[in-house]
Amino acid sequence: MIEVFQLEFMRRALLAALLVGITAPSIGVFLVQRRLALMGDGIGHVAFMGVAAGLFFGVSPIVSGIVAASLAGAGIEVLRERGRTAGDVALALIFYGGIAAGALLTFKSGKGNQVLGYLFGSVLTVDLRDLSTLAVAGVLVVAAMTVWRKEFFALCYDEEVARSSGLPVRALNFGLAVAAAVTVGVTMRVVGILLVSALLVLPVAIVQQLTRSFRATVLASMALGGALSVGGVLAAFYLDTSPGPTIVLIALAAFFAAALLSRRGVGQTAPGSA
Amino acid sequence: MSSVPVARIHDCRVTLGQRKVLDGVTLDVLAGQFIALLGANGSGKTTLVRAMLGLLPLEAGRIELFGTPLERFKQWGRIGYVPQRFGAVSGVPATVEEIVMTGRIGVARRGRAYSANDRDAGVRALDSVGLADLRRRRISALSGGQQQRVLIARALVNDPELLVLDEPVSNVDLASQESFSETLGRLPESNAVLLLAHALGVMQPLVDRTIVLDEGKISYDGPPGPEHVTGHEHHHPDPHSVR
Repeated sequence: MIEVFQLEFMRRALLAALLVGITAPSIGVFLVQRRLALMGDGIGHVAFMGVAAGLFFGVSPIVSGIVAASLAGAGIEVLRERGRTAGDVALALIFYGGIAAGALLTFKSGKGNQVLGYLFGSVLTVDLRDLSTLAVAGVLVVAAMTVWRKEFFALCYDEEVARSSGLPVRALNFGLAVAAAVTVGVTMRVVGILLVSALLVLPVAIVQQLTRSFRATVLASMALGGALSVGGVLAAFYLDTSPGPTIVLIALAAFFAAALLSRRGVGQTAPGSA
Repeated sequence: MSSVPVARIHDCRVTLGQRKVLDGVTLDVLAGQFIALLGANGSGKTTLVRAMLGLLPLEAGRIELFGTPLERFKQWGRIGYVPQRFGAVSGVPATVEEIVMTGRIGVARRGRAYSANDRDAGVRALDSVGLADLRRRRISALSGGQQQRVLIARALVNDPELLVLDEPVSNVDLASQESFSETLGRLPESNAVLLLAHALGVMQPLVDRTIVLDEGKISYDGPPGPEHVTGHEHHHPDPHSVR
């Protein structure tokens, strides 16, 4: 077990996985709360375009991915605000536009192999520059979600009452959308764009079967997200599998285990603080 | 001070899509009044309160809350709002207390945990609906009637002077309706209540003024009459209101 930590690329990979694993559920819990669990997927489509653009123009694909994802997040929020019916089709246009533009840029740049790493994740190739981007973005997102947790909870629980309480709903909505986008941008480096939503949503889906309070759900899902990501990278190392899909499959197994536990009543009836 | 109406609605018009939902509604809500706002589905009741709370733009007209024009009104803690909801269950687990505390969000300090004062207010509000003992329960473990009372507690958490309730009892059983009406009966005399409903039902003894909305216009404003207790179908033979 020790030899893993002697490998420079594994140390970086494990640290990246830990950062992303903790960050993703901290925002994912609000997406689940709002029943927007698939929003991460949508943003991911546009992040793909950002990554391809970064490779095409020779800038950091993580940074360009985060920028594109943030613009998409803000755009989606504008559409959501305007109402549902027109928004639905407009969302589809944004997503397909993102994929198409990304694919076009990929072919033009001839860097298909590198793009593949972003689609399915390539945490083993994380370099120091990537790692520092992940750390800064992760700390910012977790800090924002922690500092304004009660505001975001009130917003996502009942937007109308939050608005009629005088909460700055619009600013918070944009903050949430951009935080989600930044998280997608950093998460794709580890599990890949196609599995980004899994890391945002699955830890929350697992722990919420066993928790009673929102606070406990937030803290437990962040801890579990970190543990699953690190465990997945380690398992992938020893099983010689790809880390992104390994993390997600372990998380799925944990989900079914939690479902079994919750059917036996664990967490629902136990008294004491949750 | 008590002469200033709690809410003053003057000639309000709201159009949603192509439809005139409110067509010139004028009314004053006075301190201490318990008003039942009745009307069929689509009569404009919910639109009226949403416009009053600044959740919908007015096409024309004026609204004042506690003497301040709506656009400049900031003291949202003076109003408690219970929107029409099917239960209080959250997308992610949450305790009864966590839900009630969201009512405190406009009053509590931003970016900090709730203060001891905030928490006390939460417990008091839960106590007033008889649910203080259940405050650490998961909200989904409560019955529909109890969840409804949690939402009332959330609206009461700032000791509001005006309580707005949008069809609070339309989805709960009779026993819950009665305990709900008891809860409202215990509110201070000085509180104004605006209760939206299809009919007065068990609330009848509490109500001192009935307003009936019909297709975006006020068709009755006065003391509650027997025709308001079980429904207004006899009053307005509107095919949409007949079940």
